[in-house]
Amino acid sequence: MDSGRRQFTASMRFLHWLMAALVLAMLGIGIAMVASISDYHRLVSLHRPLGILILILVVIRFVNRRFSTLPPFPPTMSSQERYVASASELLLYTLLFVQPLVGWGMLSAARYPIVMFGSVHLPPILPHNVMLYAMLRTTHTVLAYLLFLTFLAHFGAVLFHTLIVRDGTFSRMAPWRVRAR
Amino acid sequence: MPSDSIPSANLHPAHLTTGSNVIRLGGIGIILLCVAGTFFYLGGWLTPHELTPARFADEFEQVGGIHSGFRLNHAKGLGVSGFFESNGQGARLSKADVFRMGRVPVIGRFSLSGGNPYQADAPDTVRGLGLQFRLPDGEEWRTAMVNLPVFPFNNPQGFFDNLVASQPDPETHKPDPEKMAAFLANHPETVQAGKILKGFAKSSGFDNSTFNSLNAFRFVDASGASIPVRWSMVPAQQFESASAPGPAQGDKNYLFYALIASISQHPLQWHLIVTLGQTGDRTDDASIPWPEGRERVDVGTLTLDSAESEATSPARDINFDPLILPDGIAASDDPLLSARSAVYSQSFTRRAGEKKEPSAISPSDVRK
Repeated sequence: MDSGRRQFTASMRFLHWLMAALVLAMLGIGIAMVASISDYHRLVSLHRPLGILILILVVIRFVNRRFSTLPPFPPTMSSQERYVASASELLLYTLLFVQPLVGWGMLSAARYPIVMFGSVHLPPILPHNVMLYAMLRTTHTVLAYLLFLTFLAHFGAVLFHTLIVRDGTFSRMAPWRVRAR
Repeated sequence: MPSDSIPSANLHPAHLTTGSNVIRLGGIGIILLCVAGTFFYLGGWLTPHELTPARFADEFEQVGGIHSGFRLNHAKGLGVSGFFESNGQGARLSKADVFRMGRVPVIGRFSLSGGNPYQADAPDTVRGLGLQFRLPDGEEWRTAMVNLPVFPFNNPQGFFDNLVASQPDPETHKPDPEKMAAFLANHPETVQAGKILKGFAKSSGFDNSTFNSLNAFRFVDASGASIPVRWSMVPAQQFESASAPGPAQGDKNYLFYALIASISQHPLQWHLIVTLGQTGDRTDDASIPWPEGRERVDVGTLTLDSAESEATSPARDINFDPLILPDGIAASDDPLLSARSAVYSQSFTRRAGEKKEPSAISPSDVRK
């Protein structure tokens, strides 16, 4: 068996780790900024462009995945486990796509300018409607917690497989190249 | 999903003992708890006494009561609209498009400080003017100014402590003078600013009030160089003292009614005067005025030609966040700026989802 089949492709692994870092940073920035007085502005100014970057990356990642050959699941995983793993992957993809859109939409409904950096900004994607804003603002928080819980479950499952079942789950997505033994 | 499996013989290392499995499982639990704990810490859950936008907003509601659909502060207001005409003089100071010669549309809101949207107008109540300049390519400049020459506080904690000290006593319905005295003893900057505020001559109405940015900002020019600035909207309308016998001061809404009458007779105008700071001028302390004699540049004229009740004005649903700035205007190191942005945003989010109660100034008041 060649190593290409044991691991996700290099581009998939690169996108995975890049997005992992970005998403974790975003969850941290998001939860910190809503509770912050002194760093609020700095954090919000970072949150907006990072969110849009994640939206772009998740689209690239989804397309890249469609055109890539995936490595098989470890044989230690039962069919139920495989089902749960696939479903949680789908949930993560969906959240990573929807959450930035909700953020963009809620700023649009509040008629906040959607500043990326300098004078670069995005157009509004929804009409000015503060009730709609309030709804999307709550949705953004709920999705953030859901995303965080999904991340914890994903992280916990990988740790469990790697440290206890020891079936090489981590090496499938390891940032470095793992050779077949 | 791929269905073929890797031969399991390759992957199964030596069997682990139950004890070592328990230790590993515990380790996984600890790792996950640490990650979750970090997030709770960042979210302020482990530091319940630290000032947050939500705690600020709760305190505003404690002091001013809960008024559905209204701002937590400067709750009573009236929408206006017009335009800003730049004379081009600001272009050498800031690369912001708003300072290039020409006109941009403006939506604004005159207001009185305080959380009660139905309070009676009074000459001593702080007057506010929020403005949204809509630049041609979609950028915006928003500013929220007041008619005070300096701000009584120089950091968010001072503002918050003052709010707590001014909370009405449940028995007397008035702030406790002892608490206020204790606050002032701890905040010399408020005492110092109070001396300046005592001497400042209040005008008779909104139309002849000067509105000040209070906080310092930075203007950034095309080369990237920046200078500290403060700005003021200085009325073209003649100053009249608030103490002079004026319009029916007995009326609960006399200041707003006078503004509506004035704007319906002729457009009201203000000059946007930018004061240029020099080395050594404090940009991080809104309670201290800059020395006399600083260069002041008239960069253009604000014309407001129409008033509208909050029931129909777009101003009601605009958050006049002072850190919504176009490229070419930047925040200074004043700690109040980020605090204002954070608390305004909290106030905006709360009222956005609330049922909108009618404003004190109704559409029929404006048509009169």
